[in-house]
Amino acid sequence: MNTSDAAFYFFITVLPIAAVIGFLVKSKVQNAFNDTHWRSLPIHYAFYVGLVIALPGAIAFFFASALHLLTIYTADGIHVLVLATLLSMWGGFHSLKNVRPAFCARESVERIIRYFLISAAFISILTTIGIVLAIIFEAIHFFKIVSLWEFLTGTHWAPDDATEGNTSGMFGSIPIFAGTFMITIIAMSVAVPVGILSAVYMSEYASEHVRNIAKPALEILAGIPTVVYGFFAAITVSPLVVNFAESAGLHADYTNALTPGLVMGIMIIPFISSLSDDVIRSVPRSLRDASLALGTTNSETIIKIVLPTALPGIIAACLLGVSRALGETMIVVMAAGLRPNLTWNPLEGMTTVTVRIVDALTGDQAFDSPETLSAFGLGLVLLVITLILNFISIYVTRRFRSQYE
Amino acid sequence: MLLQFGYANDLKQGGNMNKSKISIHELKLWYDKNQALHGIDLQIAEKKITSFIGPSGCGKSTLLRCLNRMNDHISNCRIEGKVLIDNQDIYDPNVDVVQLRSHIGMVFQKPNPFPKSIYENVAYAPRIHGIASSGDDMDELVENVLKKASLWKEVKDKLHQPGTALSGGQQQRLCIARTIAVKPEVILMDEPCSALDPIASAKIEELMDELKKEYTIIIVTHSMQQAARVSDFTAFFYMGNLVEFGNTGNIFTKPQQQQTEDYITGRFG
Amino acid sequence: MNKIVSNKALKRRYRKEKIFKGAAIFALLLAASFLVFFFSNMIGKGVSAFSQAEILVDVHYSESSMKSYRKAVDKPYRKIVSRGWLRTLPMYMEDNPEVMGTTRQEWVLATADVDQYLKGYPNRLKDKHKQYIDKLQEEGKLKLAFNTGFFTRGDSKMAELAGIKSAVIGSILVLLVTLAVALPIGVMTAIYLEEFAPDNRLTQLVEVNINNLAAIPSILFGLLGLAIFINFFGVPRSSALVGGLTLALMTLPVIIITTRAALRAVPNSIREAAYGLGASRWQAVFHHVLPLAFPGILTGTIIGLAQAMGETAPLLVIGMMAYIPDSPTGFTDAATVLPAQIFTWAGESIRAYEERTAAAILVLVTILLSMNAFAIWLRKRFETRW
Repeated sequence: MNTSDAAFYFFITVLPIAAVIGFLVKSKVQNAFNDTHWRSLPIHYAFYVGLVIALPGAIAFFFASALHLLTIYTADGIHVLVLATLLSMWGGFHSLKNVRPAFCARESVERIIRYFLISAAFISILTTIGIVLAIIFEAIHFFKIVSLWEFLTGTHWAPDDATEGNTSGMFGSIPIFAGTFMITIIAMSVAVPVGILSAVYMSEYASEHVRNIAKPALEILAGIPTVVYGFFAAITVSPLVVNFAESAGLHADYTNALTPGLVMGIMIIPFISSLSDDVIRSVPRSLRDASLALGTTNSETIIKIVLPTALPGIIAACLLGVSRALGETMIVVMAAGLRPNLTWNPLEGMTTVTVRIVDALTGDQAFDSPETLSAFGLGLVLLVITLILNFISIYVTRRFRSQYE
Repeated sequence: MLLQFGYANDLKQGGNMNKSKISIHELKLWYDKNQALHGIDLQIAEKKITSFIGPSGCGKSTLLRCLNRMNDHISNCRIEGKVLIDNQDIYDPNVDVVQLRSHIGMVFQKPNPFPKSIYENVAYAPRIHGIASSGDDMDELVENVLKKASLWKEVKDKLHQPGTALSGGQQQRLCIARTIAVKPEVILMDEPCSALDPIASAKIEELMDELKKEYTIIIVTHSMQQAARVSDFTAFFYMGNLVEFGNTGNIFTKPQQQQTEDYITGRFG
Repeated sequence: MNKIVSNKALKRRYRKEKIFKGAAIFALLLAASFLVFFFSNMIGKGVSAFSQAEILVDVHYSESSMKSYRKAVDKPYRKIVSRGWLRTLPMYMEDNPEVMGTTRQEWVLATADVDQYLKGYPNRLKDKHKQYIDKLQEEGKLKLAFNTGFFTRGDSKMAELAGIKSAVIGSILVLLVTLAVALPIGVMTAIYLEEFAPDNRLTQLVEVNINNLAAIPSILFGLLGLAIFINFFGVPRSSALVGGLTLALMTLPVIIITTRAALRAVPNSIREAAYGLGASRWQAVFHHVLPLAFPGILTGTIIGLAQAMGETAPLLVIGMMAYIPDSPTGFTDAATVLPAQIFTWAGESIRAYEERTAAAILVLVTILLSMNAFAIWLRKRFETRW
């Protein structure tokens, strides 16, 4: 019998027993409730007894499975089951002894619940730490094979040619990051002006009615899955761009950087417009009034007073957009190229960090091959950039808030 | 072309010959279906201080905001009647509201300097209106204006610090400076001292006395003492009606209407 | 003439005003017209996949077609009746022995090429087949019928047989795991942070952490899933379990943030009123604050789930784009999800998959938009102004 079977048997027997005992305790206390002064309500005693019976065994199983999963020690299911049952019986005797008027069962129940809440919060932190550690660990493996310096400064990326022991010059990430930044720049040059101007229109010019339609409509753009944008970019936009370039006498690859950039820009519009709209609307009415009362037009007030005041918030929104663009995967996987290409021409195919990550991990390489591990090296850089951008935007938003809230 | 007016009304109520700057005829105003002003008739004398008093919700601030058309920005607001400034109806379709406001400045209840430097706060509007172009001209203009607003001594060493870092009273004087930098003819003040302490208020009152040499000033105030101290004429409003208007001395010593007397003696409001 | 009417300098300023306002309207219209273009494009591409060519043929249920399924239909039809469908015949006959030895006239699936030809799309049919098809059509033996198979079949290497059922079931399984993991942990974390946590360094650290978690690109969650769930804990690759766990970590910050906002929107006076009646902190939260915050929590959960349902990138990395013709029956079976199905179909070179991709997109987008609309409706319906 393994641990999970044991846990199954334990819970299907102990949980109902705990519930029944809890119910009995409740009716017992209920009967005696009016005779003496009890410190808590009957239901609290019931919950207290039930929890103290069920929890010790559950904790035993939790640790047993944790030890097993961490491959430290695999306990026999029977042993765990016996231990858990003993613990629960001890819990039962201990708790039943406490069912007396002077004992405050409510406080104990609340303390247990509080520990539950704390452990939930703890899991949330573990996730972030987990991501960072997981990526760092695997990235360390990678940087044992390829030097960090070479990775950051090399201009040639050819993991297919890399063999065991000979990786020099094969893992230079500059062309990959160049492609990423190129596509991000194209995306932001679509999203920033359109997003901010839409926000200005919605918050400063549009009637409440128009705004109530326009804002959710723009947010539909944010609700469309990225794989859908990817398909749209590859099937519809890419041929359009190629034809357009040809009519202008230029040659464009089908995997050009312009297509994913444009589509990504459209995807990011709602992030920027929605957040900017919020900050623009939080600029106090009195500043607009003051400016208008000096005899300025609407646009003068917006450009010279409202936008500069809202600037920190708008910058934060744009930074969020940038980190979206850098980390966006599906659009570039489906519409950008696979081949690293160091060029300034957005009509040529180029690749991005996320494309290389997906490509490295969906191939049939062994997990510890340099190419697979390179995904974690790239992921680490991506993570660091994203976190830096996020910290800047948190800082900028805080400053804005402290000024106007 | 400026037309001069001598108003019989003024003669009767105030007893002084005064040139009228603004005359309001049968002004009615609705927010949706609620009528906030019920046909106001009023003459405002040039280069004098006129105060609007009355209990909360009596329409005095609404009327003030009609004079530079700040109510235009409220979507459900409808206005009938005439407001003549130098005999020009400001609600005439030919009138440009932006141009109008550069002639009729406004100071608000809460000091609201722009989140820019002190210098930029003052220079903002003159730059837009093209009043001063070169850097030297602007420096001179800013200095003059700040002197007029009796703020120069306090801020001359920190012109490039943010205006929001000043004290409340200084901020309000900065707002007045910002307003007179456009060289308006009329200054509307909407309870300019209500957010300030007594000492800062006294400074603003002193400043108003100084400014009335050049500007027509209309002030909405909650404080009857303030109205009595600073203004030449006082208008008492109640429930959207102008109850009584006249020389401040007369209004406070021998009001003609019972409502006015009840209000200034503190029986309601 | 008068000083308060317009003049030349002012006209210039008004021109600028007009240009600026025009630019703002233009920007909004640009975004809106993209939305219109996108939807009309997808509908134009995808709507044809909801109908499918069927042919009226005599099907011979006999011993010889049991051995060689191609013999079940007469020779001229063999090129135009779906081979994938024919392949299922022997099994059908085994299950239903009563049909043996009969010949029945039935509407059966045509090949993808016939289907594309009928819809006027490029295809690989030869001219003589095209003429034959035209003839059949005149005789009324060929029609476009509603494509129920699209919803009742799994993926297939034959375009005419490919459906979204296994992907939809995979999506549901993944979302169940996500919900089961993210909702309790997320809500409990939010309650702790908002109602119980002392305002100290540690709490602030947790807050910054959650903020960061929300900003991390989704693909990195895939790396986490790969490195920790698959390689470290040994959860089966491509399974709904690993997909659900990975997406749960992504959904967690969404649920935490919206739950906290919902809790914060409940005014303190409610808590104080409860304390004033002698309630403990937990009682105040559980009896008064949580019920009031419930609509907000639900809204956030739905939005988080909709986001998880549309997510593809992390799932590619943990292998959820496998070819799954049969629906998964458990959480540890290899599964695929709707967006991953769209991704694999989008990579197919055969033209008939393109319309199916667009159709799957229409289904996915419809589901996601209705989830979001429901969330918004919920928020509006239960919105309380304090």
